[in-house]
Amino acid sequence: MGQTITQKILAAHCGRAEVEPGELINAKIDLALGNDITAPIAIEEFEKIGAADVFDRTKIALVPDHSTPNKDIKSAQLVKRMREFARKHDIVNFFEIGQMGIEHTLIPDKGLVAPGDLVIGADSHTCTYGAVGAFSSGVGSTDLAAAMALGEVWLKVPEAIKFVYFGKLQKWVSGKDLILHTIGRIGVDGALYSTMEFAGETIRELPIAGRFTMCNMAIEAGGKNGIMEPDEKTLEYVKQRAMRPCRVYESDPDAVYKEVIEIDCRELDPQVSFPHLPENAKPISQVGEIRIDQAVIGSCTNGRIEDLREAASVLRGRKVHRDVRLIIIPGTQEIYLQAVREGLAEDFVRAGAAFSTPTCGPCLGGHMGVLADGERAVATTNRNFVGRMGHVKSEVYLSNPAVAAASAVLGRIASPEELE
Amino acid sequence: MIKGKVHKYGDNVNTDEIIPARYLNTTDHEELGAHCMEDIDAEFVNKVRPGDIIVAGLNFGCGSSREHAPIAIKAAGVSCVIAKTFARIFYRNSINIGLPILECPEAVDGINAGDEIEVDLDTGRITNLTTGRSFQAKPFPPFMQQLITAGGLINYAREVTGNR
Ligand code: SF4
Repeated sequence: MGQTITQKILAAHCGRAEVEPGELINAKIDLALGNDITAPIAIEEFEKIGAADVFDRTKIALVPDHSTPNKDIKSAQLVKRMREFARKHDIVNFFEIGQMGIEHTLIPDKGLVAPGDLVIGADSHTCTYGAVGAFSSGVGSTDLAAAMALGEVWLKVPEAIKFVYFGKLQKWVSGKDLILHTIGRIGVDGALYSTMEFAGETIRELPIAGRFTMCNMAIEAGGKNGIMEPDEKTLEYVKQRAMRPCRVYESDPDAVYKEVIEIDCRELDPQVSFPHLPENAKPISQVGEIRIDQAVIGSCTNGRIEDLREAASVLRGRKVHRDVRLIIIPGTQEIYLQAVREGLAEDFVRAGAAFSTPTCGPCLGGHMGVLADGERAVATTNRNFVGRMGHVKSEVYLSNPAVAAASAVLGRIASPEELE
Repeated sequence: MIKGKVHKYGDNVNTDEIIPARYLNTTDHEELGAHCMEDIDAEFVNKVRPGDIIVAGLNFGCGSSREHAPIAIKAAGVSCVIAKTFARIFYRNSINIGLPILECPEAVDGINAGDEIEVDLDTGRITNLTTGRSFQAKPFPPFMQQLITAGGLINYAREVTGNR
């Protein structure tokens, strides 16, 4: 029987020719990832195992991104514990403030994932790296602890759902809109325990940045991993970064899918997901009059240079509405520097936005833009759960960077078309 | 055998509701337990008694990978969570840390808040002592049973590394 790309990668990592959905396997990992919230628990658990050392100091990445630069004393203690562990075990990929970025933007940009890899991370958005044709999935801290000791993880081979996108995208429509629309169609548990395999001509046309955005949000539909077959764009992206050979896998023509869903993208509008679930997606034309207090452009979903360029193209020469705080956060230091070089940073500051060092910050209501009682934000992040960005009575609307930028200018959720 | 009173919730209870991000600056179990379910049910920590059981709908524990969520539930004294389905990372985290969880849609529909129920983890039998009805949950696959018997993933890893 034919195998999907996901099955092939899993089989290759447990020394088998094939694996079937539902099977439990112990798979070798190419990279294990933790952040300042999940790694401290993993380190406590790692110490309980009593292993003398980590399985491979080059295959672990520790990224302090959630509450950094340290937002309070308790967070500082957590990062300190992580830093001490990284020094003790000589972890090669520990990224200090100044080198640091949001993990899921930083890891692929540093060349730490390549096609055919198997990556686990103690962060739910680890599924992002499927965009380069790797199997990557979020796990918990205890999983990370065991993986750091053993170099292995237990996994249940998932069934797969194939999403086939066709048609040319309209001007302000991007990967974010494709994924919000998809989650709107299948719901927040529509892909529970399953692989989301994204395919079709629209995906092949999509830039790498948009592909990362889509795979990033597979977890918002309950997916175990999001994945795309590598193509020339993937190899071009990886070639400049990863300093090692990789393996390109593709799904067999007779691979078995639980479901195949075709999505016509020709008429798709920019999407906005209403509180308090990502599945509440609506086309921008049906949003109505929603005033906002804050707009956030950034996060592991939309903090790449392409996202900042898109935002800048809307903001250039305009002013942020006087009732709105616009916060723009590049995903990594490299992206920050690029934004400075291209003059985007100046566009942002002149427009009246705050332009920050990389951090998760407001995405999880940590710092750098926490909402008060009754406040509303439009954000390019991935979750709009109750209290996600602050007070339990605040609201988050999810959108792409161009919509967030246009909304910041107009003071209400709006399409960039209104400014043209 | 587990016995306790039921606290019932709907579909898609997410990890931000189970333990809000503002408390993620600690790994202290007791402190996490003290804020368990705070944003969905502010009264929960005052109502919950050791051994109580959470019963919920579809996709319980969706959202982030934070292990703080099952830790907070366990630390609040909850002995077991029964749901129609669980989000996948929450599911594996619970197994890895030894919080018993069972998937059983029929039981969820047949149990009300405040009911007294009994759960046999070995057989997956759930009995509603208030109404007298009983339900059968899906048993764990053998590998997970092995993890649970080993006392969670850390003990399992300790065995493996010890044998090497
Ligand atoms: S940016 Fe948001 S979603 Fe992404 S890793 Fe950080 S907190 Fe998680």
